[in-house]
Amino acid sequence: MRLQGKGLIDRTKPLAFRFDGTQYTGFAGDTLASALLANGVRLVGRSFKYHRPRGILTAGSEEPNALVEVLEAGGQQTPNTRATVQELYEGLAARSQNRFPSLKRDLLAVNDLMSPFFGAGFYYKTFMWPRAFWETIYEPAIRRAAGLGKLSGKHDEALYEKAFAFCDVLVIGSGPAGLMAALTAARAGAEVILAEEDSRMGGRLLSDAGEIDGQEGLAWASGVLAELRGLPNVRLMTRTTVTGAYDGGTLSALERVSHHLADPAGRPRECFWRIVAGRAVLAAGALERPIAFEDNDRPGIMLASAVRSYVNRWGVAPGRKVTIFANNDTARQTADVLVAAGVQVAAVIDSRADAPTTGDYRLYRGATIVGTQGRHGLEWISVRDANGERRVETDCLAVSGGWNPTVHLTCHMNGRPVWNPEIAAFVPAENAVPGLIPCGAAAGVFSTAGCLADGQRAALAALDALGRKAPTLALPKAEDGTYAIHPLWAVEGARRAWLDFANDVTVKDVKLAAQENFSSVEHMKRYTTQGMAPDQGKNSNVGALAVLADATGRAIPETGTTTFRPPFVPTSIAAMGAGGRAAGFAPQRFTTSHAASVERGAPMIEAGLWYRPSYFPRPGETNWRESCDREVQFVRERVGVCDVSTLGKIDIQGADAGRFLDLVYTNTFSTLKPGRVRYGLMLREDGHVMDDGTTACLGENHYLMTTTTAAAGLVMRHLEFVHQALHPDWDVRFISVTEQWAQFAVAGPRSRDLLNSILDEKLKPEDWPFMACGPVRVGGVAGRLFRISFSGEHAYEVAVPARYGAALFRDLVARAETMGGGAYGMEALNVLRIEKGLITHAEIHGRTTAFDIGAEKMISAKKDCIGKAAAARPGMIGPDRDQLVGLRPLSPGKAIGAGAHLFKQGEAAKRENDQGYVTSVCWSPTLDSHLGLAFLRNGRARHGETIRLVDHMRKTDVLCEVCDPVFLDPTGGRARG
Amino acid sequence: MAELIALSATEGLLPLTHGALTLAGAAPDRITSVQPFKGKEAAVTKALKAAHGLGFPAPGRALAKGDARILWTGRGQAFLLNADPAPLAGLAALTDQTDAWATLRLTGPAADQALARLVPVDLRPAAFGAGSAIRTGLNHMMAVIARVDDGFDIMVFRSMAATAIHELETVMKSLAARG
Amino acid sequence: MRIPCPLCGPRDRREFYYYGADDYLRRPEEGAPPEAWDAYLHLRDNPAGVTRDLWHHEMGCSAWLVVTRNTVTHEVISVRLASEKEAAK
Repeated sequence: MRLQGKGLIDRTKPLAFRFDGTQYTGFAGDTLASALLANGVRLVGRSFKYHRPRGILTAGSEEPNALVEVLEAGGQQTPNTRATVQELYEGLAARSQNRFPSLKRDLLAVNDLMSPFFGAGFYYKTFMWPRAFWETIYEPAIRRAAGLGKLSGKHDEALYEKAFAFCDVLVIGSGPAGLMAALTAARAGAEVILAEEDSRMGGRLLSDAGEIDGQEGLAWASGVLAELRGLPNVRLMTRTTVTGAYDGGTLSALERVSHHLADPAGRPRECFWRIVAGRAVLAAGALERPIAFEDNDRPGIMLASAVRSYVNRWGVAPGRKVTIFANNDTARQTADVLVAAGVQVAAVIDSRADAPTTGDYRLYRGATIVGTQGRHGLEWISVRDANGERRVETDCLAVSGGWNPTVHLTCHMNGRPVWNPEIAAFVPAENAVPGLIPCGAAAGVFSTAGCLADGQRAALAALDALGRKAPTLALPKAEDGTYAIHPLWAVEGARRAWLDFANDVTVKDVKLAAQENFSSVEHMKRYTTQGMAPDQGKNSNVGALAVLADATGRAIPETGTTTFRPPFVPTSIAAMGAGGRAAGFAPQRFTTSHAASVERGAPMIEAGLWYRPSYFPRPGETNWRESCDREVQFVRERVGVCDVSTLGKIDIQGADAGRFLDLVYTNTFSTLKPGRVRYGLMLREDGHVMDDGTTACLGENHYLMTTTTAAAGLVMRHLEFVHQALHPDWDVRFISVTEQWAQFAVAGPRSRDLLNSILDEKLKPEDWPFMACGPVRVGGVAGRLFRISFSGEHAYEVAVPARYGAALFRDLVARAETMGGGAYGMEALNVLRIEKGLITHAEIHGRTTAFDIGAEKMISAKKDCIGKAAAARPGMIGPDRDQLVGLRPLSPGKAIGAGAHLFKQGEAAKRENDQGYVTSVCWSPTLDSHLGLAFLRNGRARHGETIRLVDHMRKTDVLCEVCDPVFLDPTGGRARG
Repeated sequence: MAELIALSATEGLLPLTHGALTLAGAAPDRITSVQPFKGKEAAVTKALKAAHGLGFPAPGRALAKGDARILWTGRGQAFLLNADPAPLAGLAALTDQTDAWATLRLTGPAADQALARLVPVDLRPAAFGAGSAIRTGLNHMMAVIARVDDGFDIMVFRSMAATAIHELETVMKSLAARG
Repeated sequence: MRIPCPLCGPRDRREFYYYGADDYLRRPEEGAPPEAWDAYLHLRDNPAGVTRDLWHHEMGCSAWLVVTRNTVTHEVISVRLASEKEAAK
């Protein structure tokens, strides 16, 4: 219920919300958790394994119990949302999870009755036999029962964002230490980012009373924030959790941009930040830890700090009769807050025999809680002290087992925290992450005055490291009390006392792990699953390892901790991969002919990042084969036009350009004359083929290299390597000109006629032999012409600056159509090159050598080249290699498929008998047969042999004749003519 | 005879305005890549100075004189904009890059905040002030980014212009929504 | 991870392409024995500690870089251009 006059909520703004279908009202400033408590709702979820009724334990992002599904528009839902983090908005709808059919009546609660059988290692011991049940029965059954919230099953249409930020000082956390650090750094002129996980800055000042500089702590914080907000060098980020610390001063952060809004109105849900900071100040505070005692998981049992937060920040009394159980001075502090708010304190149970007496409430010194009752919420507790055991009626128990500094980020680069016995907690190791300076409660400093001073110290250290001078500000005055704690991790003799609420791990489980010799903390973790839930053990790690230390007779420091890894809080993959979906997955590259191709109905297919036309359908054609066959035919008989701009084009210049080409190509280019083009083969240094293509000599010491579409980037990187790393003194310069030129293949017996109709000057046949190149003009535009062929026909490639590409393509195609030809796509291009036995990356797939493709003679004996030495190794040549051959089915109509394997007739089609594999296939309308290119063991010596082609996937089994890979025009007369 | 109509790299896609940010086409009349030959660096600088009042820019820098600009675009490489490269013939490898790039100009008070969502480099005024030009990534694609008076010039491969505009528009909308 | 490119300054790892050990800078002469090529192409140390490897600033200035770094602490100790005469030593 609400407390009058308390809280930072706006009582003028009531908000209606629903939980499990019931309508409630909260206020602006509430979290779902505070609003539920204000409405008297204590039962909010079921535990993971035993389906125990659970309530709200904390008031922060470490919440292990109160995980709900938030229901959104369009049937979307976000599971495992922490009610303690989810801010209330008008119309918020949430649903409890991990229960069936309802939260109050959960059938799987039967697990709790069977808990004696479900201890640690239950799965490993139980689901062993029979083996046949592993995948068919056990796994499906376990999977059905496992998990917490459910996804909607729908595509997540929400917008996510990622962003980079840079600053001198990143301050993580905005409590007294963080504010002091930010102020100190900001006044020194440093660029500061202050990141706060909460929706409001202030840290514990939002929840705990206390004076700073003679005013309420929160008023002091408001003053500091007002100053920071007015400074141009400061950026304040709320709802932003720093999730990871990485190399080079990089930290990640998750900003919850619109989870708190009823209508995001175009805002992203979350933004994943990568922040590069000169220095980072970790002022993330500390997390209170529970104490393990019998049935300590009932709804109504909360952390003491959370109770104070609900009272002071949200004006909510979490119970009518509150009890407190602590091993430190928090007990008194919490009791004082409750009394001041007018909430009845039924009893304070302090485990310390010397606990100080104050206040008007019943104090049990040297006492513990040995049991609790209440089916769906706490009703009473059993207190034991020197005088015996008694029941105390209570509906809310505030527990404090002390505080754990939030050391997580300091462990992200293998840092191990250090045990500090004075506060019975781990503190960050010295310089655990380079450039990350822990301070305040995160460094084990628990008084307000101490935090203010430590925040300043951290900022000064950061400024000093950055070479900035900073005046020391006068420290504000504040409470400087001591923190007296006597460790108590688990109450002796407890039957089932929870350590890890989220994964249902009890003291008994940890002891069992130790007993079964899983005594290393890492083994215990994996055996019991302690710390492996969404809260990543924030509430339980230290308690569990203290129990383990006790069970194994070791001290806590020698038992050690498990490894904290990023992210600090659950982070959606959608945020980390923001912008990477659909069109954002990769850039789309469009050629200048794209619009014209789409207009002609061409289905576009991806070739790397490029989009290329598959084929150009004509009215009446019912499938791609009809279009493809037609396009092949008009290229062979008349003329076709194809956009080849996607091939890589690299301009190479310099006095050593020829020498450089001789090194990167197997064959010689330094002898190539201006106006001529040569086909070149490029190897990797390990002797395998990297790429192939033509290189034209445009002038003295000036070349234009073409690469395949697929390998353009790879070749560019390779050229840079050969130049910079191997021969930096050579005078050669190169740059990609792929994007500058729109280039079109004009292929077929009538290609010269077509070109003559558009070129400003007609081509003189004697000037344009096969493999000639030179400048041309098209409608006054300076272009380039290459007489090269990838179809085996008399063909050219004409290039113009890209701005004219669209116009030239349309013109060429229109003219080709009047000549009985037209545009052809990738399918026809593929058929044309297979008929000619020309290779693509289907053949030069990274494991083939020049020898394999029959090009070993292209490796010049007169000079060195990249890959020459390795290509000559034994094993890279010879009859054991799979060599390129052609295949023709004995029945020409029998279809064959790429990826099929080759076997000798009469041998079983199994791996041991493998003779090779098929790389490319097509239907050849020219030769009226299916054709294939394949690699066959010692294939060049086996032309004429009949081989069996088997594809177990497509269920084909075809006899083929092995032949030369050049099926058509083996002498090349058509291209030359 | 043919008559070829020219189309710009951003034809029909720009300009766009969302909130306080505007994205417009800003194609220079001419782009020439300049890569000085071995030992010719000083001669190139001298020739650029004499012909256009420019020099060869240091890494990360750009120089301007009137309409003529020269942007550093990589190791031993710069782009000469709106100027005749002929005086550099023989001193540097020159290629025409005019049609290879789509140049987008993003302007508005939070232009650096928009680019911070796509570019992994510190573009705050203190780190990337007047006369800065770098080569980096715009999300997945290579880009040349130069500071201009009230924003940035972003050069991307012509074929990727539609994607670049889509990605920039997405962050412009998001920033406008955030207000 | 950030790599301070000698030309561009500190840049995010995503701008760089990783190649391998800096052994690749020391290509054997033509006619070197097969063992030399085998070592050049295939034999690599896998140090826990300081290592030198090659990175290409592919989405940046296109420089090939020799990066000296520590595989245990992730510290980047020094970066130089592969084209510098001293880089291969």
